[in-house]
Amino acid sequence: MCLSIPSKIVEIDEDNMATVDTMGVRRKVSLDLMSDEAAIGDYVLIHIGFAMGKIDHEDALESLKVYEQMIIAMDEEERKALIDQDDHCSNRSL
Amino acid sequence: MQDDKALFDIFRHPQTIRALSHKIHQEALKLSQPLKIMEVCGGHTHTIMKYGLKQLLPQMIEFIHGPGCPVCIMPKERIDQAIALARMSDTILLTLGDMIRVPGSQSSLVQERANGYDIRPLYSPMDALKIARENPTKNVIFFAIGFETTTPMTAAVILRADQENLHNLYFHINHVLVPPAVCAIMDDSQNRIDAFIGPSHVSVITGSQIYEPIAKRYGTPVVVSGFEPVDVMEGILKIIGQKNENRSEVEVQYSRAVTQGGNHKAQAMIDETMSVRENFRWRGLGDIAHSALRLRDEYAHFDAEVVFSQVLSYEPIDDHKLCICGSILKGLAKPIECTVFGTACTPNSPLGSCMVSSEGSCNAYYRYGSAL
Ligand code: SF4
Repeated sequence: MCLSIPSKIVEIDEDNMATVDTMGVRRKVSLDLMSDEAAIGDYVLIHIGFAMGKIDHEDALESLKVYEQMIIAMDEEERKALIDQDDHCSNRSL
Repeated sequence: MQDDKALFDIFRHPQTIRALSHKIHQEALKLSQPLKIMEVCGGHTHTIMKYGLKQLLPQMIEFIHGPGCPVCIMPKERIDQAIALARMSDTILLTLGDMIRVPGSQSSLVQERANGYDIRPLYSPMDALKIARENPTKNVIFFAIGFETTTPMTAAVILRADQENLHNLYFHINHVLVPPAVCAIMDDSQNRIDAFIGPSHVSVITGSQIYEPIAKRYGTPVVVSGFEPVDVMEGILKIIGQKNENRSEVEVQYSRAVTQGGNHKAQAMIDETMSVRENFRWRGLGDIAHSALRLRDEYAHFDAEVVFSQVLSYEPIDDHKLCICGSILKGLAKPIECTVFGTACTPNSPLGSCMVSSEGSCNAYYRYGSAL
């Protein structure tokens, strides 16, 4: 029942409805539950036809940086592990 | 568009999942004993099974699948009530998604629809308003289900119906609450759960604050995580971090959508229209005090349980005797331990509720069983 794909508000229509774009698919949702002014360009979470909350774009991209660091760190360790394995390799002649 | 995609993709990126797996393995070396983590919400169960996350984790980490699937916990007598309402003359019964397929004591809503009753699944509760307007001579009844995530949507529709003075729209409220269910499981002495992955979307509405009493009372970390595989892995890493530092706190991994206080407007709309029930019987878990909501007396004229009380029975009805959904919801058994799993009980002909919804444990095991 829960979809976590962020949707972007592309139009705000009458009667507190909005058109959102979810990975290229356009849908109409209600803004009744949105407390702050929802604006065009905002990312929102959609649940059964309602925008239920905003998604902090900066926050999500911040995570991206953390993960990139992690991947780089892992690669280093993987490289070390590889060298270590190589050092202890019994099949040197091959 | 580049940004849109990044926003979504980063939380499914295989390399990130691997990096997190690596870190978890390292951190888990410091754990003094095995760790049983309950993912409260069925959405997380689904992610764990779909992405085979169990295989990426150290042996000493075990998942206990929690009760957070609104369809799975609906007791048969409530489904029978929906059927009784649908069978009244001049009635249209509305509900959400999978609920239509859950077996009651004799039948399901989908079977009743085949029998000719007007039962319609909704995409959005908002559509209930339109259906009521278009059918002024019919009683339109919305069989409302769901946890804190879905409750404000029902509240929004009630408030609009009130504004519009709609006289033919009624609500059968089955909205349930996460914290009392978690406490009921923890108070069951058979359980040893060391930490929780907190629900994603429930928390968008309620805020992470609702888990603070749980973390305190049971000394268990609660990490509110998103639904993507990277979110779940990062949530687990945070749990292990807390364990290693001897902390038991509420932490939010899903900070891009969850705040401590939640969506205040949605909370106010719920509070305006609904109050806490003395008691609600959960399928599998039994009676739990103060674990569900009902309409406030001011809105009694919208309440199907009040207006149509003459057709409703509250006699408790037990589950099929082979079905162990109850133990599964409590985290005491796994779906594969059920003798009819995948044989007499499949998603196409479910015997129990946990097989119906994609958020149900049995359903997730059936679909992604090959990943076991
Ligand atoms: S497999 Fe079916 S019968 Fe068995 S516990 Fe799951 S839902 Fe119940």
